[in-house]
Amino acid sequence: MNKEQSTKYINPYMGGVLLGLVLLTAFYFSGRGLGASGAVKSVVVASVETVSPSHVESTEFYQNYKASHSGGPLKDWLVWEMLGVLVGGFISGALAGRLKFKVEHSPKITSKVRLVFAAIGGILFGFGSQLGRGCTSGSALSGMAVLSLGGFITMAFIFGTAFALAYFARKLWI
Amino acid sequence: MGPLIVYEHISEYTNLLMAFIIGIGFGFVLERSGFSSSRKLAGMFYGYDTTVLKVFFTAAIVAMLGLLFFSLFGWIDLSLIYINPTFLWSAIVGGAIMGVGFILGGFCPGTAFCALSIGKLDALTFIGGLVIGVVLFTEGFPLIEELFYAENMGTPTINELIGISRGTFGLILILVALGMFFVGEWAERKFPREEY
Repeated sequence: MNKEQSTKYINPYMGGVLLGLVLLTAFYFSGRGLGASGAVKSVVVASVETVSPSHVESTEFYQNYKASHSGGPLKDWLVWEMLGVLVGGFISGALAGRLKFKVEHSPKITSKVRLVFAAIGGILFGFGSQLGRGCTSGSALSGMAVLSLGGFITMAFIFGTAFALAYFARKLWI
Repeated sequence: MGPLIVYEHISEYTNLLMAFIIGIGFGFVLERSGFSSSRKLAGMFYGYDTTVLKVFFTAAIVAMLGLLFFSLFGWIDLSLIYINPTFLWSAIVGGAIMGVGFILGGFCPGTAFCALSIGKLDALTFIGGLVIGVVLFTEGFPLIEELFYAENMGTPTINELIGISRGTFGLILILVALGMFFVGEWAERKFPREEY
């Protein structure tokens, strides 16, 4: 197989079927869908507690979180799932010859601009996912699969807002 | 009968092991579909690459139909599946903030971890941002608590709300998705990009 073929991606509809089957497996075994931002939250809460136990002790939010997530990150379903994502992504990238340290960006911007905007996007996504009770995986995708009204609303507003602002952000991408 | 963890067919540790294995499948499929590339993901919003639309809706429909069939076969008890609660305002505002993050950052949390696994450094700063964003939320929670809990609607499903069966709604969703796939294929021909 030449290099060009080996780096090709899977047909997107086939990718969708496989992703749907992964999601179905999660429902069948664990009674829940996929997620991502929740794993970050679990690690954040544990880190804050390590840095300042007294602050966690005196803050209602952390106490409520800990009450509903006993056991910490190592007993958190989403944390193990996201560790798996790192492994699965790495295996796929290795098989396809895509492992490479790289900053991917439009030729119209520098790597530095890309890194800064990625960080800004991350801050907004991190905050929004907590407010919206889940991100694209946990709220939109998994929510839609169980026909949750909230899942459809979150999905519509994530993609709708991104579409509405695409014109203003075009230099970043095209 | 599933879900296996709820019926205690598997232990808590097996459940965590399954989370890890499911995660491997999740990461593998995301990477294989091209979700480790921010410019491929962002292509959705400029029409040159609608992979996100195709993968996302196909996956949601396959899982939805799978749940429906499993339920009909008696393999899974749908009443024990977690349904995301609907708090109207936080879903709207949170979704809109995530949308801004998506178009500026080019990733969502799951795809950022996937991209990091193959060495994308922009995914690393995105994840750094995620941590900051989550801390802003947890630390600033008292300020946004009201919005977070506003308009609690419980756990309605969209088909119940409209008053149709799960299967009928599924059929409508499939037809809508087919229509969107058609538009997506058209957009990719209309706004092609050779290299990105």
